[in-house]
Amino acid sequence: MSSETSLSPSVGISLGLTSLLFEGGDSPAPDPPEPLCFRDLNLDQLVASIVAGREEYALVPFFREPLTSRETVGYRQEVLRDIEEPAIERAITSFAQGMSSVRQRLERADKFYYAVQQQDAFLRSAFNYVATLKELDAALLEAKPRSRGLASFADYLHDYISSSAFEALASESSGVRAGLDGVIYRLHLTGAYVHVRRDVTEEDYAADVVTTFARFRQGRVESHLAKLRTYAEMNHVEAAIAELVAKLYPQEFSALSRFRERHQGFPDGRVASFDREVEFYLAALDFTKRMRAGGLPMCYPEVAESHEAFGAADTFDPALADHLLSNGKSVVVNDFHLEVDERILVVTGPNQGGKTTFARMVGQLIYLASLGLLVPGTQARLPLPDAVLTHFERGENLEDLTGGLEDDLIRMRDILDTATEDTLVIINEVFTSTSLEDAILLSTRVLRQIGDIGCLSVCVTFLDELASLSKSTVSMVSQVDPKDPATRTFKVIRQRADGMAYAEAIAQKHALTYASLKARLAR
Amino acid sequence: MKAHLLYRDRDPRTNGELTSAAGALVRDLGLDTLFDAMAAGDPFLHEVASRTLLTPLTTVEDIRWRQAVLEDCLRHPEATRHLYDLAIAGLESQRKVRGWAMGQYPSSILDNSIQKLQALLDPINALRQFADTHTHHYHSPGLRALMDNISTDLSDDYFLTLQDHLKRLRFPTGVVLTAELGPGCKNTNFVLRKPRNIKRTWRDWFSLSRPDEFTYKVPDRDDAGARALSELRDQGVNLVADALAQSTDHILSFFALLRWETGFYVACLNLRDALRLSGLTTALPEPMPAAQRRLSASGLYDVCLGLRIGARVVSNDLDADGASLVMVTGANQGGKSTLLRGIGLAQLMMQSGLFVAADLYCASIAAQLHTHFAREEDAAMESGKLDEELARMSHLVDAATASDLVLLNESFASTNEREGSRIARQIIDGLTEADIRLIYVTHMYDLARGLAETGRRDFRFLRPQRLNDGSRTFKVLPGTPAATSHGQDVYERVFGHH
Repeated sequence: MSSETSLSPSVGISLGLTSLLFEGGDSPAPDPPEPLCFRDLNLDQLVASIVAGREEYALVPFFREPLTSRETVGYRQEVLRDIEEPAIERAITSFAQGMSSVRQRLERADKFYYAVQQQDAFLRSAFNYVATLKELDAALLEAKPRSRGLASFADYLHDYISSSAFEALASESSGVRAGLDGVIYRLHLTGAYVHVRRDVTEEDYAADVVTTFARFRQGRVESHLAKLRTYAEMNHVEAAIAELVAKLYPQEFSALSRFRERHQGFPDGRVASFDREVEFYLAALDFTKRMRAGGLPMCYPEVAESHEAFGAADTFDPALADHLLSNGKSVVVNDFHLEVDERILVVTGPNQGGKTTFARMVGQLIYLASLGLLVPGTQARLPLPDAVLTHFERGENLEDLTGGLEDDLIRMRDILDTATEDTLVIINEVFTSTSLEDAILLSTRVLRQIGDIGCLSVCVTFLDELASLSKSTVSMVSQVDPKDPATRTFKVIRQRADGMAYAEAIAQKHALTYASLKARLAR
Repeated sequence: MKAHLLYRDRDPRTNGELTSAAGALVRDLGLDTLFDAMAAGDPFLHEVASRTLLTPLTTVEDIRWRQAVLEDCLRHPEATRHLYDLAIAGLESQRKVRGWAMGQYPSSILDNSIQKLQALLDPINALRQFADTHTHHYHSPGLRALMDNISTDLSDDYFLTLQDHLKRLRFPTGVVLTAELGPGCKNTNFVLRKPRNIKRTWRDWFSLSRPDEFTYKVPDRDDAGARALSELRDQGVNLVADALAQSTDHILSFFALLRWETGFYVACLNLRDALRLSGLTTALPEPMPAAQRRLSASGLYDVCLGLRIGARVVSNDLDADGASLVMVTGANQGGKSTLLRGIGLAQLMMQSGLFVAADLYCASIAAQLHTHFAREEDAAMESGKLDEELARMSHLVDAATASDLVLLNESFASTNEREGSRIARQIIDGLTEADIRLIYVTHMYDLARGLAETGRRDFRFLRPQRLNDGSRTFKVLPGTPAATSHGQDVYERVFGHH
């Protein structure tokens, strides 16, 4: 807490200054719950992978708040484009490293037992802070960021650095540091005694020994230096000596303790929140680089208006891609698009062929776009839904049929109650725990309701009938390799559903088609 | 302090790979016999001799430097051997030292180094006394410089300094060090300070502080505190322990180097003794610049043959000044190969600063010495061996430079004479044009005759002497190539004079 005599210049962001994540004074929600669609769409895994290594910044909450305004999406994409510039990226990465070390030192300051060590850690942290900010200010002045987010922060930073409060911090920290750097003292160790004195009169003994023997010097010889262990914490003997040194240099040491009292309040609040928020962008860009390094395309998506045509080319499920790339495997890309009046994608095809992956891909794509980030693909034009709702079968459920079906329907009803025409609904293999006849009946009813609401939907099913339900339905089928039907291609394309195609192909492979059997059995 | 007895301005290389050509030289010239004689049973001297001879000198000044030192040593053999023994004594002094100069505790590293230094005081002193006694005996710049260095660097004052260090480094009045403030205000940048007095004052005895001093005492029975204090002491002592340990390493390196350099001259003495025992003479050769293409000798013999037989052997005179090719033709076992080896050995010994096995030897320096001898397996002269010969020759050409000397012994005899001559002729033309001198022993008459017919004055021809009764003297004399088959004689013997 800052007192009246404190010189700290910290200002809360609640005073309406701009966040790097939102224009116009909004701020991120402090602790939003995980959206319900996360588990189904593997977004929890994707986010965990994106933020890995940056735990100290607690970035996950930022990923839990999808945007609903295209202006904010634009605001964030601007910042991303800025940070993709190498000069700006370097400046910000260097700033982040500096601030991380400032924080570590401040933590250490609290953990040390002896007061003088606490004060020293605090001083070093402040010194580091001053240098880091000055460096960022200079770098941003030269790089001239174009995004509103970075430009406004650059202005703020420059004003802050020019403020008298910051200058006081800078000059005092370097003054105290200089004073301590000049401290030198003489220790005379004899028996159990340590005599400490200020003035140094004798010469360097090691150098003297070297000079004496210099005449024998031949070439290089091995070093005989012992590796002595050192610890960050002082032991009580060192602490006692430090106290005596403080008596020999009273001014320098009292300046050190006063420094900590006077500057309790640094770092500045907006700088601290910038430090955190910018990591959101850095993490997303690191992920983008990883994908590109694996030969996969990433792009800035355009926002499609409600009911406009949209789609993406050469796109993929990023959570799965991340996993495959780290195991050295290749990733299959797909296209999809919906014309103006098309609202429902029905995906059919053989099992394990990539249907569910496809559905997840669409969901992840649209969600990432709604965070203002880059998405998989060479190009993408995606809508900004008001919500993303999912209904995936909950694993191998061996409970009795009626219990399972009722739960499914209840969940479906909840979804349909909430959905508006701007919602995205993703349904994966529902009503599988019932008879075929019932499944067709229920699925048809549900899809008609979805059609009435007019929301966007991706529906993965084995029921070919659903694929041609209405004009707003688009059929997509996961492909098999005609030469070897057992091979999965993971390609999904717009095509009329034909569940029999796979069965026919695999029968032919084993010469078990009717024609083959006839030939084989006619003996 | 340097020895510089082998080279004017640098230390000899005592380890590392030798060139592949070196292996061929040892084999073809039978150098092991020479090295054994020089070593006289000491494996260290064998190493010194072989390495030194196989890295020959290439300037007249360098050779003269060594010859001067050699002359001094030959005149004072006991002193030379004594100096060699002193070097060994320096190294042996370390046998009684216990402990290691490595590890975790600077205090034990320091203690070990103090012991080593203490043990070295006597050998250093002995070296000094040697210089005092023998300086005025020596004329060579190499030995004079060494004696001067020893007298200057190991003066009486210096001994006092060394002994002072040995006392002081036991820190009788405690350890003084300075420190500055590092991260966390911990002590850093320790510098051990040289205490001005090493006698304890009454203040030291009672551990009183001075007026401008503050004192902390570790309480009795505070074990952790006592440990902390000794860690602090170790921090201070670490650098000086390292400095002293490195310094003693340097002193020992100097003794090792001295052993190597004097070892070479002891090996030379051994060789002279062995040769004298067999009644064989030696002489200091005269090195000439490469460009002059000098090669003349009188009483030249194969030193290894002499050592093996243990008695006087046939010697030759040679005048090949200005020759770019010397071809020795004629019957086998006439002494051709022996002459070739004699020249090779003399060249190598001259370029090592040694005396040579001759009464007179005056030759130009060869930048490198190469040998291309028929290998024993080739004695059967199968055609497959030509490939091997050519490969070896190619390898030789890779390394060859102008002013080199190449000794060829029955090269390309592994194929028929026509083919062999053609190959050989091209190689001879190519190498001589590149200013490389050749001495070629061959039975290929056609080749020799073709070369003789060019009439070139820089091509010389020698033949083993054959008396009228057909016996051989093993002397090789100037003579144009003669057909070895004596077909004419045989025909006339058979068909008579008709």
